[in-house]
Amino acid sequence: MSAQAVPSKSRIKFKSSNAPIDKKPRKKIAPMRRQDRWGMLFVSPFFIVFLAFGLIPILFTTYVAFFNWDALGGAPEYIGFANFKELWSDTYFWQALRNTFSIWFISTVPQMTLALGIATLLANPNLRAKVFWRTVLLVPNITSVLAVAIVFQQLFGYDFGMINLAITWLGYHHIDWVGNQLASHIAIATMINWRWFGYNSLIFLASMQAIPRELYESASLDGANRWQQFRYVTIPQLRNTIIFMMIMGTIGGLQVFAEPMLYGGGMTGGDSRQFSTLTLYLFEQAFFNQRYGYGAVIGIAMTVIIIAISVLNYLIGRRIATDGTK
Amino acid sequence: MSGKHSSSRRDEKNAEIVSTDNAVTSVKRRRRRKISPFTYVALGVMTFISAFPFYWMFVVASNGSDEISKIPPSLKPGTHFPQMMSAVYEAVPFNRSLLNTFMVAIIIAVSQVFFSSLAGFAFAKMEFPGKKWMLIFVVGTMMLPSQLGVIPMYMMMSKLNWIDNFKALIIPALVSAFGVFWMRQVIDAQIPNELLEAARIDGASVFRIYRSIIVPVVRSSAFVLGLFSFLATWNDFLWPLLVMNSPEKFTVQVAINQLQSSYVIDYALNMGGAFMATAPLLVLFIFVGKRLVAGVMDGAVKG
Repeated sequence: MSAQAVPSKSRIKFKSSNAPIDKKPRKKIAPMRRQDRWGMLFVSPFFIVFLAFGLIPILFTTYVAFFNWDALGGAPEYIGFANFKELWSDTYFWQALRNTFSIWFISTVPQMTLALGIATLLANPNLRAKVFWRTVLLVPNITSVLAVAIVFQQLFGYDFGMINLAITWLGYHHIDWVGNQLASHIAIATMINWRWFGYNSLIFLASMQAIPRELYESASLDGANRWQQFRYVTIPQLRNTIIFMMIMGTIGGLQVFAEPMLYGGGMTGGDSRQFSTLTLYLFEQAFFNQRYGYGAVIGIAMTVIIIAISVLNYLIGRRIATDGTK
Repeated sequence: MSGKHSSSRRDEKNAEIVSTDNAVTSVKRRRRRKISPFTYVALGVMTFISAFPFYWMFVVASNGSDEISKIPPSLKPGTHFPQMMSAVYEAVPFNRSLLNTFMVAIIIAVSQVFFSSLAGFAFAKMEFPGKKWMLIFVVGTMMLPSQLGVIPMYMMMSKLNWIDNFKALIIPALVSAFGVFWMRQVIDAQIPNELLEAARIDGASVFRIYRSIIVPVVRSSAFVLGLFSFLATWNDFLWPLLVMNSPEKFTVQVAINQLQSSYVIDYALNMGGAFMATAPLLVLFIFVGKRLVAGVMDGAVKG
């Protein structure tokens, strides 16, 4: 590998120093043209899979949404916007939406804060056993949602769960981590937090290490303490990462499904739907009640909400980050 | 070496700060240089939190179903783990599901690496009609919720008669927008155009360039992509649950889920199943954890 790289490197230097810059792109196009066919050939397997299993299903969802489409047979019946109207006055949908936002909020805010904190600790250049800490952080992330749900379901159990035992030991009363709405959201958010805090810490850490050291040095020469350095150097420098993670967190968080489903409530998300979420409701309608058309409408509503929140996230994130530089 | 260097630089700074600032700041400086024990305590707690659920799976499973309702609960592993394992084997064809999952995950990982690197190469280094809008389109759909297309996907699988067939798991996952985008970024960043041009002038064919230049350079990033695909397939739960019906075709996750539905909730049995489904990944992680960490962190800087 290195034997190949060495002669070619010297050739690069030779070429780039001699060729005028404005001629370069023209030179590149000519040999590339011959490769049109190769480029298209290389992309085609991806493109076929992408069309068939990515794009077409998404477009078809929009089509299905206008039909009364029963999975059990019978011809699909065009019903115009009836599914959309039904959704608007569907209290289960609004409840699922509230639950989704609640779980999303309880899982995003502590997770981001914790991840930032851990990343700050790990970014210290004098830290020992760096690789060990980083590797440990990624372990929860390789665990399946199902395994996580099984463990936490037991930990949050009413009578014999470790958490309630600790609470009673402290002299308080048992908490119903399933029946109580807020408590169930906290339990579900805990699973999400546990699975993702380490991963997010690593992302923050990577971005922190890309911050030029000079910025911290000049800040401390100006008399900034650690907190001020964090607030006025780290945060603004992490701006793009924070925006990116907030958007990805929204996309993932608003689709939360497996955790509430596996938390023991089945498709309805608990006896009184106390932790039913948007995706869970989509699955309930489409695959439990066999109403494809209505499920499709839920999917579309979810997408619209996710796009709206992502745009909002982006604007707020930009605002926060630019405030920090002032 | 770099650590020593930066600490000596900071000493200079400290000297200045001590002379100009008050005593409180100088104490803070010194603490930062030496790393406060608080850092290690916090990281220790973090390690405990990360590892505890695995330990707990094993503890509950190995103490058996009867011990579960004991107060206080046993915090140490018991002796019943072999019994728990045979209970899992009795309830579901676990080895079969392990084999299924392994085969499906390996096929997907290999194909992801191959097709993503080809398409990534084309997107990064070749010109062809429609390239630009295709790329924008691909990135755009990555932002959409993956559940949006799940209903038509299921309908398609029924139409194709792929329900309860491994094709339903493998073919839609052969190559993904994420993989292509990842490889595009890697190839774009790591391979200079001049190198390709030089190879072309020397008369290398496109396949020769792919094999002799692209593959050796991006090998480790491609390996990480393969690992990600493998892990994602191993842990995927919803889609296999929807499309695979007969027990001998279950993936590990679906099989473990079956433990939950076929009995009154038996925590010890469930935890045994969860531990058995996770253990292979933990073993794998011992060998590849470092590279995964590097992959995640590299991806973060590029993204």
